[in-house]
Amino acid sequence: MSVALALQYLVAGLTYGTIYAVVGVGFNIIYNATGIINFAQGEFVMVGGMTAVTLHAFLPLPAAIAGAVLVTMALGALVEVTFIRWLGRPSVLRMIVITIGVSILIREVALHVWGEQVRALPYFTGDEVTALELGGVRVSPQVLWSLGTCLAIVAALWFFFRRTTLGREMRACAANRDAAALCGLSTRNLVTLSFVLSAGIGALAGCVVSPITYTSYSIGAGLALKGFTVAVLGGLGGSGAAVAAGFVVGILESASVAVLPAAYKDAVAVAVLLAILFLRPSGLFGSREAERLRAS
Amino acid sequence: MRATRFLALAAALGAAPAASPAAPEPVKIGALLAVTGPASFLGAPEARTLEMVVQDLNAKGGIGGRPVALLVKDTGGNPEKAVSFARQLIDEEQVFAIIGPATTGETMAVKAIAEEGKTLLLSCAAAEVIVNPVAPHVFKVAPKDSAAAEMIFARMEKMGVRRIGLLSSNTGFGKAGKEQVEKLAPAHGIELAASEVYDKTATDLTAEVTKLKAAKVQAILNWSIEPAQAIVIKNARQIGLEVPIFQSHGFANVQYARAAGAAAEGVMFPASRIVVAEALPPGHPQRPVVTAYKKAYEERFKEDVSTFGGHAWDAFHLLVRAMETAGLDREKVRAALESTRGFVGTAGTFNFSAQDHNGLGPDAFEMLVVRGGKFAVLGP
Repeated sequence: MSVALALQYLVAGLTYGTIYAVVGVGFNIIYNATGIINFAQGEFVMVGGMTAVTLHAFLPLPAAIAGAVLVTMALGALVEVTFIRWLGRPSVLRMIVITIGVSILIREVALHVWGEQVRALPYFTGDEVTALELGGVRVSPQVLWSLGTCLAIVAALWFFFRRTTLGREMRACAANRDAAALCGLSTRNLVTLSFVLSAGIGALAGCVVSPITYTSYSIGAGLALKGFTVAVLGGLGGSGAAVAAGFVVGILESASVAVLPAAYKDAVAVAVLLAILFLRPSGLFGSREAERLRAS
Repeated sequence: MRATRFLALAAALGAAPAASPAAPEPVKIGALLAVTGPASFLGAPEARTLEMVVQDLNAKGGIGGRPVALLVKDTGGNPEKAVSFARQLIDEEQVFAIIGPATTGETMAVKAIAEEGKTLLLSCAAAEVIVNPVAPHVFKVAPKDSAAAEMIFARMEKMGVRRIGLLSSNTGFGKAGKEQVEKLAPAHGIELAASEVYDKTATDLTAEVTKLKAAKVQAILNWSIEPAQAIVIKNARQIGLEVPIFQSHGFANVQYARAAGAAAEGVMFPASRIVVAEALPPGHPQRPVVTAYKKAYEERFKEDVSTFGGHAWDAFHLLVRAMETAGLDREKVRAALESTRGFVGTAGTFNFSAQDHNGLGPDAFEMLVVRGGKFAVLGP
C-alpha cells in the first residue's frame, strides 16, 4: 500500500472519528452532573441539524446554527424540567427507561414536524466536491470544520469547568450532590444546566456533521450509539478523552476496511469496545479513582 | 376496557344505518409500506400515492358501487414488522389484497404468508427473486434488478469500462442486486475488481471509496436505496476518484441527486420514464399516464414525483382493473391479473402470464443521467 493511500485511510478514520467524538462529548456533561446516560442525546443532535436546515431557509448560515443551538438548548431544559427534575433520586434503570422514552417521543414529533425526507445544511466551505489537497491526500473542508468544532468544544468545556464559578459549581454538584446542596448550591438548577449545555453541544454537532452525514428524523439513534461507544471508551468523564477515543475507533474502523471486507466495519468498533471493557473497565483514559468514585 | 366498550358502541351505532341499503360494505385493501425508516424514500411516496388514488376511486363510486377502504401499515422497512402486519392484514382484517412491501427483504419475508393466506400480494420492490420462482398469489410491479444490471453493463461496454468497483448496502435490495451484478458481469467482459458491502445507516463511506481507488477501478457501481447512495458519490469525488459513477434504479428519486449536490453531476442510472415525464416524445404510449400521475401527485403533495410512488399507482390500478373485470372473488381476480396484457402503467407496459408475474420487459428502463441537479435522458 502506498503512503498516500495509507494517509487517505487515515483521513477516512479521522472523518469517522470526528463524527463520533463530536456526538460523544455531549454524553459526558450530563453523566458528570447526574451520573446518568442520556439516551436522548442523539435526538438533540438530530433536532439541532433539522432546526438549522429549517432556519437556513430564511437566515444566513451562522444565524441559523446559532438559532438551532438555542432552540435545542430550550428543548434540553424542557426535557429536564418535565421528566427529570421532580424525580428526586431516581434509580439508574428508571433513568434509562425515561431517557429512551424521551428519545422516542422526540423522534416521533420530529417525524410529524419534518417528515421523513433527508436534509442537509450546505457545506460551510466549498461544496460537495471540494477537497483540500495535502500531500497527495484529499480532505473535505467540512471534516476540518467538524474537527475544529470538536476541539473548540473541548477547549471551551475545559475552560468552563476549570475556570468559571458556574463550572466549578457543576463539578461540585457532580462530585457530591448533598455536600453541594449543603454549601448552598441549587443542585436542581445545575442539573438543568447540564441538560441545556449537553443539548447545545449536541445541536452544534448536528449542524457541523449534517453536510457529511445528512440528517433526518431517525438519524439520532445511530449517531448516539457510536457517540455512546466512544464516550464509554474514553472513560465517561473527560471531553478530551472522548475525542481521543473517537479517533481510536474511527481510525480502527477505517483500517479494518483497508484489510477486511467493509461489512465488518461496525463489528470492529464493537469488538474494540468489548475488549476494552473487559481489560480496562474504566475505559481507555479513565482513572482508577474515577472508577472508585463511580462505584460509591 | 373502555376502548372495547366504545368500539362496541360504535359498532352498534354503525349497525343501524347499515340496515338501510344505502351504505355498501367497503372492500378492504391492505398496504405494507416502509412509510418511515431508512427505506421511507420508497414507502412514503407509495403510501401518499395510494391515499390519493383510493380517494379518487371512491369519489368515482369505488369498485362496483363499493368504496375501497385502504389500510396502510408502516413497516419502517423492517422485515419482522412486515411479517406481523401481513398476518394482521390477512388473518384479522381479511383484506382482499395487499399492496407492497416496498423493499425486497420485506417482500421475501411475507411472500410465503401471502401465499398461505391465498391473498394477492402486489410487491413494489425490485429484486427478481420475488417472482422467480413464481408464487401464484405474488406479483411485482417494479422492474427487475437483472434488467437494470443488464442495462448498466451495456452502457459500460459501450464506454469501454472493463474493471469496476461494486458497493452495495446490507439490505435485501443491496444483496439481491449484488448477486445479479456478480452473475451477469462476466458475460459482458466486466471484472469486479472490488466489491464492498456497507451498513444501510452508514454516515460516511470515505474508507470504502478509498478501497475502490486502491483497486484502480474504471467505474463505480453502487446498489442501494438509502441516503448512503448520495454519500458514496460525495466521498468518491472528495478523495479525487474521478471515474464514472453508476447507480441502480434505487437512485430514481431526485432528492438523492439534490442531496449529493455538485457531486451528483454525471451520475448514470436506469429508471422508469416517470421521472423524465416531460422529456418523453408526444407519441410515447406512457406519456399520458405518467404526465397525469405526475401532475396530480405534485400538485397535491408539493414534492417531486418518484418512480416508487409510480409503483403503487401501477399496483393499485392493475388490481382495480382485475377486480372490475372478475368481480370480488379472489381466485378469479388472481386469474384476471395473471392474464393482464398491454396495461400501460408508470413503469412500462405490463404483460403478465402464468410464468411471468412481473410483466415488464427490459424496455421498461431508460438510462438517465444527472445534469444540473435534474434527471435527463442519457441518450444513445
